[in-house]
Order: sequence, then structure tokens, then C-alpha cells
Amino acid sequence: MEVDIEKYEAENFRKLDKIIAQYKEQRGMLIRILQKSQEVFGYLPLKVQAYIAEKLDIPISTVNGVVSFYSLFSQEPQGKYTVSVCLGTACYVKGAQEILEAIKKELQIDVGETTMDNLFTLKATRCIGACGLAPVITINDDIYGRLTPADIPSILYKYTSADKKARVTH
Amino acid sequence: MLSLTPVRSIEDLRKIKEETYTGIKLRLKDSAVEREIAKYHILVCTGTGCASSKSKLIHQKLEDEIRKRKLEDKVKVIKTGCFGFCKLGPIIVIHPDRTFYTKVELEDVDEILDQHIENGQIVEKLLYKSVKTGELQKTIDEIDFFNHQMRIALRNCGVINPEDIREYIALDGYMALADILTKKIPAQEIIEEIKQSGLRGRGGAGFPTGLKWEYTASYEGDEKFVLCNADEGDPGAFMDRSILEGDPHSILEAMIIAGYCIGAKQGYVYIRAEYPIAVERLEIAIDQARRIGLLGSNILGSSFDFDLDIRIGAGAFVCGEETALIQSVMGFRGEPRPRPPYPAEVGLWEKPTLNNNVETYANIPVILRKGARWFAGIGTKDSKGTKVFALAGQIKNTGLIEVPMGTTVRTIIYDIGGGISNDKNVKAVQCGGPSGGCLPAEMLDKEIDFKSLTDIGLIMGSGGMIVMDETDCMVDIARFYLEFAQDESCGKCVPCSIGTKRLLEILEKISSGQGEMEDLERLENLCYEIKDSSLCGLGQTAPNPVLSTLKFFRDEYIAHIKDKYCPAGVCNGLLKVVISDDKCIACGICARICPVNAITGEHKKPPFRIHQDVCIKCGACIARCPVNAIYKH
Repeated sequence: MEVDIEKYEAENFRKLDKIIAQYKEQRGMLIRILQKSQEVFGYLPLKVQAYIAEKLDIPISTVNGVVSFYSLFSQEPQGKYTVSVCLGTACYVKGAQEILEAIKKELQIDVGETTMDNLFTLKATRCIGACGLAPVITINDDIYGRLTPADIPSILYKYTSADKKARVTH
Repeated sequence: MLSLTPVRSIEDLRKIKEETYTGIKLRLKDSAVEREIAKYHILVCTGTGCASSKSKLIHQKLEDEIRKRKLEDKVKVIKTGCFGFCKLGPIIVIHPDRTFYTKVELEDVDEILDQHIENGQIVEKLLYKSVKTGELQKTIDEIDFFNHQMRIALRNCGVINPEDIREYIALDGYMALADILTKKIPAQEIIEEIKQSGLRGRGGAGFPTGLKWEYTASYEGDEKFVLCNADEGDPGAFMDRSILEGDPHSILEAMIIAGYCIGAKQGYVYIRAEYPIAVERLEIAIDQARRIGLLGSNILGSSFDFDLDIRIGAGAFVCGEETALIQSVMGFRGEPRPRPPYPAEVGLWEKPTLNNNVETYANIPVILRKGARWFAGIGTKDSKGTKVFALAGQIKNTGLIEVPMGTTVRTIIYDIGGGISNDKNVKAVQCGGPSGGCLPAEMLDKEIDFKSLTDIGLIMGSGGMIVMDETDCMVDIARFYLEFAQDESCGKCVPCSIGTKRLLEILEKISSGQGEMEDLERLENLCYEIKDSSLCGLGQTAPNPVLSTLKFFRDEYIAHIKDKYCPAGVCNGLLKVVISDDKCIACGICARICPVNAITGEHKKPPFRIHQDVCIKCGACIARCPVNAIYKH
């Protein structure tokens, strides 16, 4: 098992090298490099930040400063599915808070946390611009609109059962 | 991938225009299309709103079915950007009939093809039913939501395919640019035209666009930059997203012209990562413009070079502030700095930089084509042209609308928006997002423009308009915006980062029933201090939601403080959970599940009582009561 992990990691760092090589010569590409790295690793552990700092020859404090500043960067591992509840004004006045509570209750986690099985991470986001469909949540790239708290269990169930099926067939 | 022949002159461009125009003419309102030979165009909205209700699958199925039925010669399916009527998505429009179908589902595809396309009969069940008269409205032109609008910035949204540059060209796209480059019109002349038009920045502050261009052009620099601020962070505003999704080339054209005017060769569009479809369309647009030769070197055979790149944000509201945005484009922490010097002098990499908002740019090509005088003829004395508003909240027709400056809020809410959902009464309209404030119902006849809003302490902002009814608590709304400001404050300056925290604490105190009358004065003083001393626009405007609600809804604050009562029934701290004796069957479930043992009573022997001093208002009893006898009051 350990060998596998190392193999994955080496592979990811090779991808990281490619990303750095691609953007290194262009001005102002730190955020782009971090975005691409997060796509590879799923999050930005300190090790990756240190690696990027060294390759770009900038202080790690600069890298970490950027990572900690922007809400889309994460220094913790994320669940397979990120459930984002829009708390923009339109959604808020249409009852987004109750949707959020329903999800918290269903998943038994708070905002910013990940479920024990690493399946779901719960986030509260600001407006995603789908105000016409308020209240709205997104699960990875899927958007669900005009929700009521009662819709939540069946939506989440779709993902848990899809995940189970995927594991059985493997 | 679209095959494109490079254009090297205005004649090449005209040729594309003529070739494509014939193909899309039947989508235009006043074109005379002979019914006999007419083909059908089926327009499917694939903006974010409709895409979330599976419009992409509908588009796919339409294409498959048409191929199966061998109707390819008769029918063309086109992906478009947002029509604005997001509430009714997915939306399909069939031309030349101009039939507007709403809430289309996958299963409806066959019916549309059988009935409408093959037999020429309208599918009535998919038509829009007027919220006012209850009548079915067959064409897009009959619908109230659209016929009070005037679309300039949104002119191409829902008309052209945003992923095909030729369709933009067909409707005179890139003609303003071609004209400038062919006739070698001097930059000063173009800037003068924009100044004359009276166009003001649509991102919030309303700075005159022409002046900004003039300043940036006047500073010397070995390099200069053009920026587009597409970091639309105001919750409740989505006009920039829709323009980028529905008509990305209008932004490209304006930025290229801006580059010509100020002497820049490079531009950047800074866009939020939360808008994946807009990013994708923008990428496609830039790629097509490069391949056709409208971006790159020697554009249209001239000596002018210009190129564009995209920078994707990483989630920070403050990056909508221009100095913070510039930091972020350079890959740093998006922290603002004091101005002056303004970016026009010291911007990206310390070079003169022109920064405008998406909607502002979208107006530029039309202004240059139709003339400053035409544009200046629309709107009010000091605010020219139109404004796009994102209508949301407790309103029947939510969506994106564009109206001339000076339109009243009442027209927007009742004529276009169709009124308040559930026919409740409007209480307030929140304008301008977290930097704006609440306009009370008494002011619905206010004509909206930059000045009229500033006069009453609100701002235009980016144009979010959220309608609230009697079930929305104004103290809670102020608290909501402060929570947002506090969350998004970058932490660089004390008035904003700590000041908004203190404001939020006082508001929380009031909404939990612990408020004192002195708190109102404290709130007000602190608000003015934060406004005066914050570093950037975020802090300077963050107190606006508090100040405007204090001004127009002081009664509600007083009710929270003196009577310990939330009139709208929202603030949890002031609500009591009570058991209705009429309904209670004394089953005792509530008493058993109450986590703090606040409920007492004897099995089968009503009444059951909730002890308010112990109750934490968690709502567990409400959820479990088998006869719905427990409620918040």
C-alpha cells in the first residue's frame, strides 16, 4: 500500500514540474500555478507550497500568503464532492440558511468540514450568479436550484449511491 | 472547431457579415422573411441558469432528433446566451415565429418537433402565461418582461451564438474597430466621442468612462495595459456573467479599441472562478478572434498589435476593487492600496492601466457605431444610456433586465417583474449589494440613476436589485451584509477589518434581543468613522446597508430593542417556540427529544409547556411534533 502512495505522489510531482515549467517564464503566474496544482493534488499541502516556492525561487511566505488569502485554495484534503451552498442575498432571502441547516444535519458536519468517509466537503459560498433559481447549491459542477430543505436528502443520496456503485464495479 | 479565414481588411469583415447575416436574419424582429422558404432556427439558452436545469441535454437531444428525422436542411439548433428570464428556464425560442417556450423538459423535445416544426402548430403547454392577465403569450414580443426593456449592453444576448464569432460580425460586430483602424481615426477623437456620450462606469462608482480613457492615454509608459474587471462579486448581481456568456466578443472589441486609444498592446480579463461557463465562452472567443486575426499583430492590416489573456480569480470579494484586482492579476494577495496614484498612472507592473467593468465595455462598440448623440439621448440628465439590473428575491419574474436610466423602481418591479410573489406587499428593495442600501416601499416611484440613488444614501453599485417583502427583517438584512463584509474584509486596514466586526457584534446583540437604545447611536457613529477612514471601497461602503436601514427602518430596530420583538418573525433570538393547546395531543414526544429539557407536561394530560428561559430554539420539537402543534412566534 505504501508503495502505491509514493508512486501516486511521484506522479503528481512530475505533473507539478510540468505546470511550473509551463508558466514559470510568464509574469504574474503564481495564482495560475497554484490553481493548476490544486487540480492535481486536490488541495495544497505545505509540502507542495514549499516545492513551488523553491522552484520559483520566491519565499514560501509569499506562496502561503497567497494560498491563505483566497478562499478557493485549501490546505486540507477535500471530500470527493464539494457541496457549496450559495449564501448570496437572493438565496438568503429565499431561505438558503434552512437549506444549509438541512445539509449540515444530513451530513453531520459543519461548514468547512469534510465527512469521515471523505465523500463530502461542505462550503458556504457567495453568489454564484444563478439568482433566478434561488436558493441554489452546487455539488462539484452540478447546479441545483429552487430547493427546499426536503429536497436535500434525495440529492445527497444520488452521490452516495453513485459512489457505492463505482466502488463495487472496481 | 470552427474553420475561420483570417480577415485582413474591412472588406473581408464585410464579406463575413453578409454571408452570415442572411443565415441569421430570420431571428431578427423586423426582418421580412418569406414564410414559404423560411427555415427554422431553434435557440436554446445555455446560460448558467438554464444550463443548471439541463438545457445542454435538451440541445443535444434536439440535434440528435433532427438528424434522425432528416430535418437538417429545414432546422438549425443554436446555443445562445442568457435571455434574462432565468425563472422560467430552460428557455427555447423558435424563429422566425418568435415563439417563446418556457420550462422545457427533455420529454418535450419530440412534441416541439412533431407539432411546431413539422406541422407549424404551437405547443401551448410550453407558452408563457402572463402573471397579470393569465393569458398565454405566443411570442417573445408580447411578454411584459421583455417589452418594457431597452437592450443595449444585452443586445446580442439570446440572439447570437456566443461560440461563433461570425454571428457577432453579422450584427455589425467588430465594425467599430474596423472603421477606426481603416480610417486611422485619431485616439483623441474616439475618446472625445465616448466623453460626449456621457457613459459612466457600470461597476459601481459611476466614474465618467471617457475621462478615465483620457487620463490613461495621457500618461507616458513603455508599456500600458487594458484590464476588464469581471470579478462580479456582489451577491445578487449577475449581469457581467450573462454578457460574457451571451456576447463575449462585444467585450473583446471594446478592449481592443481601448488598447488603440490608450496605446496598450496587452489586455487582461480578470474573471471569477465561480463562473465556469463564462470562462469557457471567453476562452473560445479569444481563440476565434486570434485565429481570424482580430487579436495579434497587424490587426486588419494596420500597424496596431493587441492581445488578450484571461486571469481567473481565486475567490476574494475585495479583488473587485481596482488596486486589489491589479495585485491579483500579478499573482499576489489581492490587497488594495491607497489612491492616488490611480491605476491610470501606476497600475499593472507599475505601468499606466485602464480598468473598466464588463457592462461598461459592452456599451462601447454600439456607442461608436451609432454615435455619442444617440446614446446621450437615452437616460437622464446626468446618467446616460441604460442599466442592466439583476432582479431577484421575492418577485415573480426574476431575471436580468435592461432599462433606460431614470426608469422607476415601480416599473421595474410591477411592469417587468410582474409584482411580488404570493402577492404580498413590497417592503424594501435592496440596491447595490453589500455597498448599497435598502430603498423603502414609499420610494418606489423614485427614478433610478446615479444621482438619485446617491442623494438618499444608496449607490447604483453593479445593479443587483433584491426585492423584499414583509417577511424579511431589515435588521437581519443589515446583519447579513455586515457578515459578508466582515468575511471578505482583507484585513489590511483597521477601520474595515475591526470596525465591521464591531458593527456586526452590535447588530447580533440587537437581533438576539440584548440591544439597548444607545446601540443605535453607537452603530451610527461607528458607521461614519468606518466610511471616513477605510482604505478602499469595500470598507468605505460596508456600513451603507446599516445606515440606510437605520434611516428608513428605524422602527424595526426599536421594536427589536424596546419590545424585544422581530416584526418580520426572522430573528431567532426574539422568537418564542410555543405549543398550541388546541392541537396538542399530549403525546410527550417533544419533551423527550428536547435537548435541554425545556418542555414539561404529563403524558396524555395537556397542557405541555415550553420554559422560555431554558429553550434554545433549536426547533427539534417543531420538526418532530406529529400534529404540527409547535410553532415559532
